[in-house]
Amino acid sequence: MTGTLLALEGLTKAYPGVVANEDVSFDIGRGEIHALLGENGAGKSTLVKTIYGLVKPDRGRMLLNGKPFEPAEPRAARAAGVAMVFQHFSLFDALTVAENIALGMEDPPKTRDLARRIREVSETYGLPLEPFRMVGDLSAGERQRVEIIRCLLQDPKLLIMDEPTSVLTPQEVKILFETLRKLSAEGTAILYISHKLEEIRALCETATILRLGRNVGTCDPRETSAREMAELMVGGTLHVPERETSEAGEILLRIEALSAPSPRAFGTALKDISLEVRRGEVLGIGGVAGNGQDELLAALSGEMRVKPGMILFEGKDVGPEGPNLRRALGLLAAPEERNGHAAAPEMSLTENAALTGTVREGLTRHGFFDWGKSRKFAQSVIERFDVRTPGPENTAMSLSGGNLQKFVIGREILQRPEVLVVNQPTWGVDASAAAAIRQALLDLAANGTAVVLISQDLDELMEISDRFAALNGGTLSPPRSARGLTVEEIGLMLGGAHDMEAAHV
Amino acid sequence: MLKLERRPQASTAWTYATPLLAVLLTMIAGGLLFAALGKDPFVAIRTIFWDPLFSEFSSFYRPQLLVKGAPLVLIAIGLSFGFRAGIWNIGAEGQYIVGALCGAAVGLAFYPMEARWLILPLMVIAGALGGLLWAMIPGLLKVRFGTNEILVSLMLVYVAENLLAAMALGPLRNPEGMGFPGSRNLSQYESATTWIDRSAGMHWGVVAALIAVIGAYVIMARHILGFQIRLTGQSPRAAAFSGVNPARLVLVCLGTSGALAGLAGMFEVAGPAGQVSIDFNVGYGFTAIIVAFLGRLHPVGILLAGGLMALTYIGGEIAQNQLQLPAAAIQLFQGMLLFFLLAVDVLTHYRVRFQRAEHRPAAKPAAAPEAAE
Repeated sequence: MTGTLLALEGLTKAYPGVVANEDVSFDIGRGEIHALLGENGAGKSTLVKTIYGLVKPDRGRMLLNGKPFEPAEPRAARAAGVAMVFQHFSLFDALTVAENIALGMEDPPKTRDLARRIREVSETYGLPLEPFRMVGDLSAGERQRVEIIRCLLQDPKLLIMDEPTSVLTPQEVKILFETLRKLSAEGTAILYISHKLEEIRALCETATILRLGRNVGTCDPRETSAREMAELMVGGTLHVPERETSEAGEILLRIEALSAPSPRAFGTALKDISLEVRRGEVLGIGGVAGNGQDELLAALSGEMRVKPGMILFEGKDVGPEGPNLRRALGLLAAPEERNGHAAAPEMSLTENAALTGTVREGLTRHGFFDWGKSRKFAQSVIERFDVRTPGPENTAMSLSGGNLQKFVIGREILQRPEVLVVNQPTWGVDASAAAAIRQALLDLAANGTAVVLISQDLDELMEISDRFAALNGGTLSPPRSARGLTVEEIGLMLGGAHDMEAAHV
Repeated sequence: MLKLERRPQASTAWTYATPLLAVLLTMIAGGLLFAALGKDPFVAIRTIFWDPLFSEFSSFYRPQLLVKGAPLVLIAIGLSFGFRAGIWNIGAEGQYIVGALCGAAVGLAFYPMEARWLILPLMVIAGALGGLLWAMIPGLLKVRFGTNEILVSLMLVYVAENLLAAMALGPLRNPEGMGFPGSRNLSQYESATTWIDRSAGMHWGVVAALIAVIGAYVIMARHILGFQIRLTGQSPRAAAFSGVNPARLVLVCLGTSGALAGLAGMFEVAGPAGQVSIDFNVGYGFTAIIVAFLGRLHPVGILLAGGLMALTYIGGEIAQNQLQLPAAAIQLFQGMLLFFLLAVDVLTHYRVRFQRAEHRPAAKPAAAPEAAE
């Protein structure tokens, strides 16, 4: 069970204007759980895509079992025993589990046989999954299981997992880790990409750290502290958000018995949600993806109009009002999806600044834009939040995910909101930028803003929330003080691993 | 092996180059077509593109350029608003007809009173309103019931054509016309004619088209409506988050394009066409779709594209008369322009790479534009 499975030697890949990987070399042993760490834009994705045959390196080579390995396309990589679970699932909601899995196969067996094999694999690895259920009805954790089982059916020698735990409850994470350890014990190597350093310390045997496309070190995460690894990643000391305790003030936002159908097919309807948020506090709302987060944000931002009396801002009924009137009052929001929701990818940052800043920043006069003013606003967001870009005339899609995230969050924060609602504000953002965003949210609260933080990252919720509530199947648990809550208690509030017993939300 | 690679950012150079490349390819393919019909391709191409501007009779053709170009530009500017937001008004031809009918009806109602300061402005308003209301039918149906505006607006063209025939034969028929279909000649009615200088091809529609180009440019670049249109076209979800009301935008875009098409019809009927007749419409509303895309949905581009398309109309007529080219060949020629434009458009968003079989890492990326064919 020992020896090198995959050796990377001097891999280099340059894109116009940026070197994504430079002379990256490391080995992955048979049955090893190997972590790949790095900030956004450090070149993790490019490296993994190279291994999976999606990107061809400019220089360097790979050896699989000592033989040259040059996958021209993912199919070749899969044939050689490399499988990958992507961060974003590629599943069809309107098909069953078995149909989805059959779609990805070269030569799918009969549905009945396939269903039997799915059951076998899912039992062997403790990943219960009913082959004939519609994917649209599955939770995020279950969807991930579909992707994992799809990979396991190929009998892989190397399984690549990109940020797998971001959609799981703590209990589900535990189950996933058991599965991965079992796979590892059977000789399957796992390349595990994550931002969550504590998870890596709990799971992985080796960690390779990338910074600016280079391999800056390998360590044993079990013997290295999370802080040390984080500092290797950013190449400097890490700033940890500090909070000043402040007294919560008067109620700014009150939601009363909010119920609304989801605007999307396979969305989650909101059911009887009530809460209040006070000046100066951070209310954390946790929950596994797809339990109504998008819908709650849409109801608060004004994209989704709701019935009168359901949402009150400083006592004023804003339920049936659209986004701009809410912005004028001071109720601002930043949705989770940056590309195509919080920002228009093909537009410049100047135009994207105007996307939400028009009302509060006074960017128009008699309906005509003052683009100079908008540009200045964009520039101030770029400077204040350290957005790495040559300038505000660049398009949003030219920014890396983390940088664009800093821009869209910064854009709302700089508009001095009375109430700010954010969904997954640090999703896919590197450790130092995430710390900066969290600090900015805390500063905002310290200055009297009420912050509603919708997140799937429990560490983040614990770090900055004053009170905590969980969203589960479109209903919200009563908020509790975040102080003293344990991860297990939160897990139970989120619905635990309830979908482990075939039952579902 | 050819491979298309998505560009991180749309190429600005190709955005401007593709219309020219499309014109060039159309000339080549059109030349082959004309050669297959037994005509000298070079003479045919020269007749279409050169003679209207620079031949010995060009003083007769040049004013025609304004007459043909003005309605195309006016309609295409209106269409570009909706097209940029992903709202597809295909029925400008119908709005053009209804605008002409409404404008003409107002003019004819006042006949033979002479009051230019009153009658022409009223006709302009009636023409715009007629086109606007005709476009509101697909608009309201889409907003209220989610119908497809492409189908509804297109089908309403045929309704409008029958309405035109009914009007030319019925209520708007010239009482002194000895029973022939068609209305009184508005271009000879002093208070209703849209002509400014007939021999120069100048009529109020030309002025309106230029105003529309400038207005559209300002709105697209600076006004919040233009921003909302572009935003909706690029990312509807971001537009909703930004606060754009999609239903309102559908009505505004369809209304604008309908009003401008109606105006174009009204200027035409009381000027170059002169009267409401059964065969009043000649397809400007459809050709304007090509003009809008050929002009990259950009006001200045539309102005140039409208001029080019007017040129092929006039040159096509000359070619029909002098070279006996069939009318269908000319229409095919115009259609090819849009076809090639859409085909080479790939180059603005994708890079063409020439790749050898695997094994060796590809050397320098070879951007080979000629490989697109």
